[in-house]
Amino acid sequence: MTDSPPLLEITDLSTHYVSSRGTRVTRAVQDVSFTLNAGDTLGIVGESGSGKTTLALSILKILPPAARIVSGRIRFEGENLVTKPAHEMRRIRGKKIAMILQDPLASLNPLFTVGDQVSEPMRVHEGTSRRTAWDKARALLRAVRIPAPEARVREYPHQMSGGMRQRIVGAIAISCEPRLLIADEPTTSLDLTIQAQYLQLLGDLQRAHGLALIFITHNLGIVAKMCKQVAVMYGGRIVETGPVRTIFSNPQHPYTMALLDSIPRLTKSRDRLTAIDGQPPDPAALPPGCSFHPRCTKVMDRCRDEEPADVAIAAGHRARCWLHADNGVAQSVPFKAKA
Amino acid sequence: MRQPVLEVEGLTKHFPIRGGFFGGSAATVRAVDGVSFSVERGRSLGLVGESGCGKTTTAKLILKLEEPTSGVIRFEGRELNGLDAAGVRGYRRGVQAVFQDPFASLNPRMRVDAIIAEPLVTHEKLPSAEVRKRVEKLLDVVGLARRSATLFPHEFSGGQRQRIAIARALSLEPKLIVLDEPVSALDVSIRAQILNLLTDLQTQLGLSYLFIAHDLAAVAHMSQQVAVMYLGKIVELGDAAEISMDPKHPYTQALFAAALPAHPDEARDEIVVAGEVPSPIAPPPGCHFHPRCPFAMPRCSSEPPKLLTVGGRTIACHLYDGGSSPDIPSVR
Repeated sequence: MTDSPPLLEITDLSTHYVSSRGTRVTRAVQDVSFTLNAGDTLGIVGESGSGKTTLALSILKILPPAARIVSGRIRFEGENLVTKPAHEMRRIRGKKIAMILQDPLASLNPLFTVGDQVSEPMRVHEGTSRRTAWDKARALLRAVRIPAPEARVREYPHQMSGGMRQRIVGAIAISCEPRLLIADEPTTSLDLTIQAQYLQLLGDLQRAHGLALIFITHNLGIVAKMCKQVAVMYGGRIVETGPVRTIFSNPQHPYTMALLDSIPRLTKSRDRLTAIDGQPPDPAALPPGCSFHPRCTKVMDRCRDEEPADVAIAAGHRARCWLHADNGVAQSVPFKAKA
Repeated sequence: MRQPVLEVEGLTKHFPIRGGFFGGSAATVRAVDGVSFSVERGRSLGLVGESGCGKTTTAKLILKLEEPTSGVIRFEGRELNGLDAAGVRGYRRGVQAVFQDPFASLNPRMRVDAIIAEPLVTHEKLPSAEVRKRVEKLLDVVGLARRSATLFPHEFSGGQRQRIAIARALSLEPKLIVLDEPVSALDVSIRAQILNLLTDLQTQLGLSYLFIAHDLAAVAHMSQQVAVMYLGKIVELGDAAEISMDPKHPYTQALFAAALPAHPDEARDEIVVAGEVPSPIAPPPGCHFHPRCPFAMPRCSSEPPKLLTVGGRTIACHLYDGGSSPDIPSVR
């Protein structure tokens, strides 16, 4: 385990959006580093504008035209994806790295049957014949627990419920047995009991296929339920990362602490929630120094103009906060240390 | 016992589906089917359930945006049906709403002061200086700067917009506010601000809330009482803390088991109910939940369960009408 290289290793990745005249630069993702081992689950948590979706799109290199990966490396199975030409990326997308998006209706084509869409990746990537691919599609629909797959495979997306459509998107994603599955808010549009079914399904698929899973979400509950590792993003940076239990029990970054405190809990009744003042920053105009400093209850002078370094708190637990600058471990190699 | 502000009895709303050769009524959607509850003065009732359970239709009926097919709504002891035009105007003043999406609920072409003052201008003949004073006071109450008055909604973030919507709802000093998913569209770090604001306003102004949301923890946090709806009916109603710690109806158990944990160590039984919410056009006979229920008995598919009072709460489930305490596992 320890000797094998990680499945995905991202080092100092920065993705910026540049306006058409090149005058305005939005640092959507800045100096992001993390590693993910085969079969592991990482949750990337953040609010809107924190850069979590841009990070996911950067991994697959399906960024909108205005966005550029300006620096850093994305090593997947030992190869740097940043420098990969488009035709090679096409062989990776859907084959080795698959993605599930938030809205299943928008990710399915309304004009093709479910069978066509589930079998398409196998036909494109593996040259499977139509008949074989359709047989596999039926098996996949059964695997994602679609009732009566023999009939459903000939139906169109509009004939299905939201939960079923999202399971079909899941079936497409696993059709070529990818090594890594990126799920961007996969259950936001689903009802609570359907969400529970879907999360259970994803967990089962992960165990069955040894998938590595990246959950992109604003929902800390999904992270608590599904993930082993978590990375908290704020203002384009990972401000804290570590094992899920450590982060939930012993958060070190004031943003993580405040976020965990601000959420109502079923098991604990309180008169008032601990609110975070202010609002998430505009990614096009991030505050100087630490992006969180205007909302931070523990703000110090240096937070206002100096960017905090990425500091190791414990093995695998890192935070970008001046409160931990004196822990010293990462002082010598700020920004470069691996998670 | 506190005095109820709002009482609802046997509230029913059926929507006909037009169809057939002569455009007659082909079927009916029983969106709300005999729902009864009350909201006490200065307190909150949480209404939870999944999409299609009828919680939004219930809100619309209470806001008089829809007319009920049958049933009674009483506001401060007076029945809504018998009200004359002036009475209805008075009711609309007393019951206000805050909706989910503050990007859709505020007119983008109106300035904030005009948005907040609109109910005042409609319902009260006030000199403009007085209106301005009231708007400034409302901005203070919801924690917005006074200079916000001359700005447009697009100049605000989601949380600030929701504050504007709350200020508008407060402008007529209502008794009851219907909160339909008031924080679902907001960023996680903003939600607590708005929930705290709503709690403070309730204490200061003695407001009653009908809090509709799918986030069970938020509902339990905000409400003293919770009503759980499934396919147009209330299946369980009672004290919020008791229901969230010890849900009794199998659907409530499934719903709370499906709620995501706040901590990875939080022990939670995996009760994942199979299947999906059936269509409200043709709900299953008997208990609407029986096809998905892990404890379904033969009678559940034929006999609709009546609402029973069990240990201070109301439950519609055959498991509890045998007289003896039933032997079913609890979620927590």
